[in-house]
Parts: sequence; structure tokens; C-alpha cells
Amino acid sequence: MSKANYVSTTNACKLCTPLGASMAFRGVEGAIPFLHGSQGCATYMRRYIISHFREPVDIASSALGEKNAIYGGGPNLKKGALNVMKKYEPSLIGVATTCLTETIGDDVPMILHEFHKEFGDLDLPEIVHVSTPSYSGTHTDGWHGAVRSLVEQLCTEKAADTGRVNILPNMVSCEDVRHLKDICRDFGIHGTILPDISETLDGPALEDYVKIPSGGTPISEIREMSGARGTIEFGRCLPQKTGGTSLEAAFGVRNHRIGLPMGLRESDRFFEALEDISGTPMPRRYELERGRLVDAFVDGHKYVFGKRAVVYGEEDLVAGLCALLAEIGVDVVLAGTGSRRKGLEQAVAAVTDGVARMAPEVREGVDFHDIAEEAAELKPDLLVGHSKGYTYARAWNIPLVRVGFPIHDRFGGQRMLHLGYKGALEIFDRIVNAMLEKKQADSDVGYGYL
Amino acid sequence: MKTSILEERKDQIHRTGEGAIDIACNRDSLAGAVSQRACVFCGSRVVLYPIADALHLVHGPIGCAVYTWDIRGALSSGPELHRLSFSTDLQETDVIFGGEKKLEAALDELIDRHAPKAAFVYSTCIVGLIGDDLEAVCRKMSEKKGIPVLPVQSEGFKGNKRAGYLAACKAMFKLIGTGDTTGIGPLSVNIFGDFNLAGEIWIIREYFRRMGVEVVANVTGDGRVADIGRCHGAALNLVQCSGATLDLAKMMEEEYGIPFLRVSYLGIEDMADSLYQVADFFKDRDPAIVERTQELVRDELATLMPELARYRRDLEGKKVAMYVGGSFKAFSLVKAFRHLGMKVVVVGSQTGTKEDYAELEQITDPGTIIVDDANPLELSAFIKEKDVDLFVGGVKERPIAYKLGVGFCDHNHERKEALEGFVGMLNFAREVHASAMSPVWNFVPRRAGRAAASKKEAVNE
Repeated sequence: MSKANYVSTTNACKLCTPLGASMAFRGVEGAIPFLHGSQGCATYMRRYIISHFREPVDIASSALGEKNAIYGGGPNLKKGALNVMKKYEPSLIGVATTCLTETIGDDVPMILHEFHKEFGDLDLPEIVHVSTPSYSGTHTDGWHGAVRSLVEQLCTEKAADTGRVNILPNMVSCEDVRHLKDICRDFGIHGTILPDISETLDGPALEDYVKIPSGGTPISEIREMSGARGTIEFGRCLPQKTGGTSLEAAFGVRNHRIGLPMGLRESDRFFEALEDISGTPMPRRYELERGRLVDAFVDGHKYVFGKRAVVYGEEDLVAGLCALLAEIGVDVVLAGTGSRRKGLEQAVAAVTDGVARMAPEVREGVDFHDIAEEAAELKPDLLVGHSKGYTYARAWNIPLVRVGFPIHDRFGGQRMLHLGYKGALEIFDRIVNAMLEKKQADSDVGYGYL
Repeated sequence: MKTSILEERKDQIHRTGEGAIDIACNRDSLAGAVSQRACVFCGSRVVLYPIADALHLVHGPIGCAVYTWDIRGALSSGPELHRLSFSTDLQETDVIFGGEKKLEAALDELIDRHAPKAAFVYSTCIVGLIGDDLEAVCRKMSEKKGIPVLPVQSEGFKGNKRAGYLAACKAMFKLIGTGDTTGIGPLSVNIFGDFNLAGEIWIIREYFRRMGVEVVANVTGDGRVADIGRCHGAALNLVQCSGATLDLAKMMEEEYGIPFLRVSYLGIEDMADSLYQVADFFKDRDPAIVERTQELVRDELATLMPELARYRRDLEGKKVAMYVGGSFKAFSLVKAFRHLGMKVVVVGSQTGTKEDYAELEQITDPGTIIVDDANPLELSAFIKEKDVDLFVGGVKERPIAYKLGVGFCDHNHERKEALEGFVGMLNFAREVHASAMSPVWNFVPRRAGRAAASKKEAVNE
């Protein structure tokens, strides 16, 4: 199959780098994300994130104007940091750059170094910075970059043995993080999950507006990640250097890099890693969840066998979805991501090995125009991905099973579970039901039993 | 309360009746203040976006295009090219070596693929920095493809949203005068500053049809390049949304001698008044237009008023805070809420002018908070201080209101309910009612605590 090589991008299948960094910073206790750039970046990203989580999302900006672009954004960055301190009283400011400040060549580490010298007499919050020009990489790079910066800039000394386990969960939902916490607890493990957006991006109704929502990974725990028993980081398509590899290189904390635990076999790998690290056998609760998943696979297999799916989105999510879909006999005819050079093809091959009836076509660096062009020949039965594929699902009159981020046209994206046996079962239920609903709607008979 | 307002922001907040009003506005947003504003690019993008048969290519890194993909409910009765998100997706090498070649190739490819009637090329922050000659590329491609290819100088950091409106107006002004005006009648208008959210412009056009007024061009809701090209043939420009298209109306007045009227299609008085102004303008050419207009308004009100009264019974006395983009909307809404028996206690805008705020002070009750370029902490403090029942704003304000257990009505570009016209007033009342009257507010901490306290008191008595 040939693929046209277009210069222009139509309906991108990726977001920009600082958005991922902002979301990751949001998962640290007492933190406020801060974009060093023009005001629009922060506002646009807030809007985009808010529409998914339906939560207040404050992202500060250095709000650079024309003069700053000529003379440098340092003064605005410092002034902005002081204003944020005054108003939000954060324990951490997560500074991410943008294409504007990267292009004018602002040296953020140096500006922050000056800031510490100039205002050392104040009670300064932690300031963590990450370089995230949006002309390089995608939002997942921003996420992983921010996590790595948090680890490298906060965890600078070897902590005493804490017995904890670090978990770097990748870009997952609030519900996923809650599930990971439950799993850790049931294994008797104290997990340090970084970042932890479970409460900061999905909080309760409040009487008083809080400047920074409660929850998030405590900074003290990030500092002590060097004393953990090990690190589990999710993702087969991660950058070479991550928070997990940094901890291993600097402090000898063993890094277990496994795929997102999606579907049966990738979840097995996660639970095996937990058994290995904790020395605790899998609790019965998860044996049951696993058993129910297999039971459901059997009950529902005929509804989905041989269906043709197009899957798109973030590279690791796509790999995880391919893992699940291969296990249930759905043929992934196309797996696309907007990011490049992340090794998605190898990841998909690895997770579908031995079960996929056909090797999925994998495309990196694609937009929805590319996906649609190929899909026209592939005649898919369903789409699996975030909300932005809806236009195509509608045009082709096939179901879209919504997963990941962003979910802008349905309710409850932040509460959607993807991980573990339980997450796999939820997605499986939704896929089966999408196929049943389609069959029922297309039928003249209107069967009441299916 | 006091701690939530930074010293430098104090002169951007005023309370009606407390001294002379002198709000500082149209200044750059304060660094670190989490402004609700966007950027120059955003201003241009929202104005031009609804032109449905044009190609809208964002020259820049991917973010600017992806965050503006199909975000508004600007409907089209025909082509829907505007709903696609086109970008040159600049990469590091482009930033180093320049993006002109990529832009040229992208235009070449996209114009061939979609055959648009014109192309708008939006400049973003880094394009301004790496020095791409947008004008030259656009000129070249325009000659090559035989359609107008218009640069929009909308580098994000070069001002705020208003600067973006101006850049959009300048780009559109280049189109005006390119079309044939033959056949345009004497009772003709252009509709400026309506973006056809949820089909609103169709409601307004229908009113004008009933009045016997011809609409030459929609600028820009359900807009077409050819219509804009010949819109200098209209007798009158009607300008809604003070910021967005006022500059274009002024340019047309200067260049073509076409007068303009400021109008608003929101609420009852402003909607009726706008139609009467148009009738008044044309009454010398067609005296019967006044009667037709009166009849139209009478008919519409006869259906509307009894329905409104039903909602008013429930809503009487409830308090409202609103934070909008342009202040024209605030004027209309203050009046609209009076019809629902509701009191506006906080009103603010992103881009109001000194004159706008002075007018707001005139029409609001004593004690009303008037604010320019607010932020979440201020807004939440005001909500609490005034104990409001309903907040009117955009998608960024919604979670603040909801988090504090306050009803909300989306009056921004993403709304999917038509709120303009007489029928829009009814939709508005219905939406306000549906939010303010929901039983869920009984359970939010703000109210639940109070309910529990009063129950306790009752028991003690």
C-alpha cells in the first residue's frame, strides 16, 4: 500500500508539546503549570484540557508581548513567577517553554538561576523547567519530558530505602490512576505514581474555590524516588531517556519498562512485575478480574471476530489497543499516530505477536487526512480512538469507540478506565456493544435479543 | 477576597455607584495572572473562520491549528471547508531554514485538492520571528492559482485579540471590491459581526426578508468569498460584536462611503431596536418598511412574551454574574435578564473599552462589580461575594461556576443553542431556567451546608 507524502497537515492526529507538559505538571501536589510564551498558548490549552476533564484548569503564562520577543522574555518569566507565587502560593511551578521562547533563544535554566539569586530571601517554591518547543515532537514528548524533569530536578540525592515502588503511568486517565492506586494497595505496596492526576483533574464539588486543587504526587515523595525498590514505567514507545532511566542511572533504582497494561497479556506483564517487585502473589481480587475478562472474551467473541478496526492516537495507547484488539480477534487494519520515530511498529508487532491474524499496518507521523485516505480502501467496521475521529466515523457510518484523550463529545472521559483486566473488560464491553448497536440499528427486524 | 486581586489589577475593577468609573483596559495581560484572554491569532481566527468556501491555512507549529479545529458552532448552508484544520506543522528544520518553501508547497497542494474560492494564511508567533515573507509567498501563489491568497498578520504575541480582529479585517478588506455589484437593490445591507453560531444568522436574515431588506454578504457567519467581494454594493453595514468587525465597517465607510449602524440581535429591546434602526434608515426609500417591521416585532413578541412569563415566575430575584468576550453582549444581556426578573451583579469582559465600561455603569444597579480582563480567582471571589445563582460565560468559565455549585449558561462561540433573535431570547430563557432551576444545586456544598444549618435551626426552635 502506497502512502502519499503530503506537505500540509489536515486535521492533525497529535497535539503540541507544551500541552503534555502542562498536564503532567498538573499531577504534582501544589503545582501550577506555567507556560513561558504568549498568552494564547496557555488559554488555548486550558480550553482544550477543560473540555475533556470539565474541571478548572489554571495554567499561568508569562504573556510575552512584542517587546519581550525582541529583548528576551526573562523579565516577564520572573515577574510572572512572582505573581503566581503571590496569588496561588504553589509549592511548585512547572515551567514549560513554547515555540516563541525557544525561537528567541531564552535560556530558561539561566533565567531561573538568576531568579533564585535575586529573590532568594523569599520563600520560593520549587521551580521545575522543561524544554517543550511545539515544533519538535508531540504532546507525549511534553508529558514524558516534564516527568523526567521533575525526577531529575527534584530527586537529586540518594534517599534512604523507602520500600516504595515508583510508577510512571504515561498519559492515562484519572480513573486509570485510581485503579493503579487500588492495585498497589492490594499488593501491599506504597506506590509513588508520577504524575497523579486522579484528584487534581477530577475533584469533588467544593464550597470554596481552591487556588490549586488537592491531590497530586507529593513533592517529598518525588525527592525520595531514589530510595524506591524499583520503578515501573509504562510505554513501549518511550523516549530513550525518561524519569525511569534517570533514576536507574543515577541511583541504581531498577527500571521495569513494560507496555501500557491494556488487554490480557500486557496486563499480565504488569501484574508479574508487581509480583516480582513486591514478592506478593497476585491478590484474589485480580485473579477474579482476570477470570472475568477471559470469561467475557469467550461470551462475546463472535460479535467481534474478524471485524476490521482503525486505531489512532498516542503511540503507547495505540500499541495497547492493538494488544487488546488482537486478543479478541479484531483485525487492526490500520494503526496510526501523529508522532514520529517512536518505534510504534515494533511495539505493535511485539504486543500482537502470536495472536494477531494479520500484522496491523502501522503509520507514524500521520494526520486524519492520511488515515482517511487509506481507510477508504480498508473498509473498517469500527474506529477506536479519541473524539477527533468522530467526523470520519460519521461519514463512514461506523461506530467510534472513544478512548484516551481528548473526549470532547461525550461525558466522563476522565472516568474512563483503560488499564488492567478491569479496564480491558470495560473497553471490550464497549466494543461489543458498539457492534451490537450497529447491527440492531441496521436491522429491519429490530431484534430484542441479540 | 482582597487577596485574590493583585495590586496591578485594581484599576481594572469597578463597583457601580462607588466614585467615578475609570477602568484601565486594552492593556497587555499581566504575566502570571492566568488571563482568560487568548492572542492575536485567536482574534483573527475567530473572525475569519466561518467563511466556509475559503481555505484557512495556519502557518506555524501544530498547536495553533489543532486547538482551533472546528471549535465554534459556525454553521454553513453549503460548503464546509472551514471545518477542516490545515497547518504547515512547522518542524525544527523549518524554524532554522525558514518555512516559505513549505508554505508554498502546502498551498499548492491544498488549493489543488479543495479548489477554494480564496485562501487565508495565518501567521503565528514563530513565523513573525523566523522572518518568512508571507506577503511574497501569498502573492506568488495567488498569481499561480488564480484565487486571492491573503496573508493574515496574526503573530500571537503582537498584542491581544483586538489586534487579531484588525488583522482579519485588513485581510477581508482586500477581497472587497473584487466582485460585481450589479443587481443589488436599494434596500440592502451586509451583516457584520455575526458568526452564525447554531444557525443564528439565518434567523436574522429571515427577519430582514420579512422586512423587504436584501442581505448582500454575511460577514462572516455562513460567509462566502464571492459575497464579501461584492459587499461594497450594499447600502448599509450592520455591525454587531463591537470589536470584531467594526474596523472593517470603518474602512468601508472611508473607501466606499457606506454608512454603518451598531446593532445587537440579543435580547428583546436590542433585537427590536436594531430592526427599527434599519427600517428608519430605509424609510425614505420605502415608507412601508416601518409598518412591516412593526408588524414583525408585534408578531414575534406575541408568541414570545407569554412563554417568557412562565420562566420568569421561577427565575424572579435570582442573581447573575457574566463574563464575556466583547462588551456589546454584556449590554444586551443586562437588559435581557431584566425580562427574566434576574439581577446582574457582576459583569466583565475580555476586551471592553473605557466607553463600554462607562455605559455598563449607566445600565447596572449600584454595587454591581464591573471588571476588565478577569481571571479565575477574581471571578470565583466575585461569585462567592455576590452569592450568584447563575454564571454566563464561555467554556473556560464553566468549570469555575460548576465547581462552586453555580448554574451556568454558555454564551460563547461554542454554544450550540441559537440565542439571537426573538426566538433566541426564548431559547436563552429556557437554558437559563434549565440550569438555575435544577435540583442538583441542593446537594452542592455551598447550598447543602446552608440547608443543613437551616434544618438545624428549625429543630432547635
